Amino acid sequence: MADPGTTLQGRLASVLPRPHLDRHERGHVVAAVAVLVVSLLVLPSVLSLYWVDSLIQVAVYSVVALGLGLLVGRVGMFSLGQVAILAIGSWTAARLDYATTLPFPVILLIAGGVAGVFGVLVGLPALRLSGLDLALITLMLAGAVTIVLQNTNFPNGGHGFTGYTSSPFGNPPIRRPSIASTDPAYLRYAVIVALLMFLLVLWHLRSKPGRAWATIRQSEAAAMASGVNITLYKIWAFALASFITGVIGAVLAASATQLYITPFQTANSIELMAVVLMGGVFTVWGALIAALLLELLPSIFDIWNLSPFLLLILFGVGVIQVLSTAPTGIAGQLPKDLARLGRAIASLAARAGGGRNAAGPTPAGGPGPAIAVPEQDPVGTAP
Amino acid sequence: MIEIENLTVRFGGVTSLDGVTVTLESKLCGLIGPNGAGKTTFFNVLSGFVSPASGTITAFGTDLLKLAHYKRARWGLRRTFQTEQAIEGLSIFDNVAIVWENTNRGRSSRERDVLGAIEFVGLGVDPKSRVGTLGAHERRLVEMARAVVGSPRVVLLDEPAAGLPEEETKHLGSLIRRIPDETGALVILADHDMDLVSACCTTTMVLDFGQVVTVGPTAEVLRDERVVSAYLGATESA
Repeated sequence: MADPGTTLQGRLASVLPRPHLDRHERGHVVAAVAVLVVSLLVLPSVLSLYWVDSLIQVAVYSVVALGLGLLVGRVGMFSLGQVAILAIGSWTAARLDYATTLPFPVILLIAGGVAGVFGVLVGLPALRLSGLDLALITLMLAGAVTIVLQNTNFPNGGHGFTGYTSSPFGNPPIRRPSIASTDPAYLRYAVIVALLMFLLVLWHLRSKPGRAWATIRQSEAAAMASGVNITLYKIWAFALASFITGVIGAVLAASATQLYITPFQTANSIELMAVVLMGGVFTVWGALIAALLLELLPSIFDIWNLSPFLLLILFGVGVIQVLSTAPTGIAGQLPKDLARLGRAIASLAARAGGGRNAAGPTPAGGPGPAIAVPEQDPVGTAP
Repeated sequence: MIEIENLTVRFGGVTSLDGVTVTLESKLCGLIGPNGAGKTTFFNVLSGFVSPASGTITAFGTDLLKLAHYKRARWGLRRTFQTEQAIEGLSIFDNVAIVWENTNRGRSSRERDVLGAIEFVGLGVDPKSRVGTLGAHERRLVEMARAVVGSPRVVLLDEPAAGLPEEETKHLGSLIRRIPDETGALVILADHDMDLVSACCTTTMVLDFGQVVTVGPTAEVLRDERVVSAYLGATESA
């Protein structure tokens, strides 16, 4: 009001340091560092090989889920072909591994690049299709890839690009990087690759593409009016999601030293969509939760001798729950529910304390907080 | 200056714009007409959301119909929407920045331009707050900042005051009047609020059933019998 120049400068100063994090974001960074420290330093050395192998799969599928979450949550494109993209990444890496002596990181990049190109090809129909139509087209891609893999003796390996061994047990193992030949070391390697992929996506989300995607998701008309090249950014989203999926597919290829067709069945794409929706598509934490549901839960069920079909029922119920009442998934709902629980406990404790010493030191009057809880709830859930 | 010749838009059997020919020279033009007259279709053709069956649009010497929609924004065409479209998930700053970074071709400062636009519309809120937390008036202002950031040449405002109380409409009106001087852009304001249109616009164009009823100085147009009957649907004075 007084002098627009000074207020402008003041605001400039408050906005200019873009990498500056607010309290909320700092919380996320602390949590992410904690997850990393535990999974890099603690878990590989204390867990048995059974759990180490499970966690390698969690690291792999967290990136696959991140890619799908990017498409669904940020751009609003439902793709059921991500497992096919993963298969393409794994297969490319496996063949490169048999045929060349390229360093492992180079194989990761090439696998990502090949998967990225396929992703763009899938993304092309996405320019004209959306919703159910896009889901069906991508599902057919997944089906086609499965058929191709089955008819090209997919899990089979052998030397060279086209090498073939008649006995499935005679395949040479897919080589791992020399610094990560043991399982615990490979878990660390997988976590670091996954971390790099998460950072790549986060960097996108915080810059120009992320803002363009947010605009496209809300309204394509508003995006057009803002000068956003919708075609370019939709293709870009598919390319990025497929690139990270391809890179992590290479990690998957070397994780078990042999590739099997089981993880690349068409139906797995649907299961993946279910856990991604359950985990939550609006934050990157959802991807980690989805991977835990998809890869760690089966191991736990296995140990407890529970039927794996129970998992499918659980995922089905979970998806219904997400679609009907909790669109933000576990990653969005859990903090809200925990906060609500915390407030409820606090108000109960306050009431109990108030009851015990008649006029206790509790500043807020007796029933106040208990009523305030539901009233405060709708804040921030504006449509 | 915008020259439109013989512009026709059809949706199946419905003709939404029927041979519209008009030259808009004033920097503040009003666009009025009853519901369904073709106002929003007119804006949609200009923005590139709808392709016309025939006709030409020349704005400041550029054939707009030859440009893809996102390139029109880059050229300097901006608009707001009848149902306001501020982007929920982004901060105020990012809402304005998204337009700037997709339309800017020069070397001007992103921060200064974006904050300048927010300052211009008089949003007294922290630019880092999320749009989801704002009220209707503030969201309209965010949209207005999106429409003026950078170097706009033509700004289309589609019922910007819809649903706003009188006081806030007045504030919006004073903003609209300042747009040509501040940015050099030509403003076309479509609204049902005649007070707002006559307060802002020197020239006004009236559409009814997709045809231009009349165009001219706002005060004269608003007194025109054909305009009154178009609005009231009455023929008593005819």
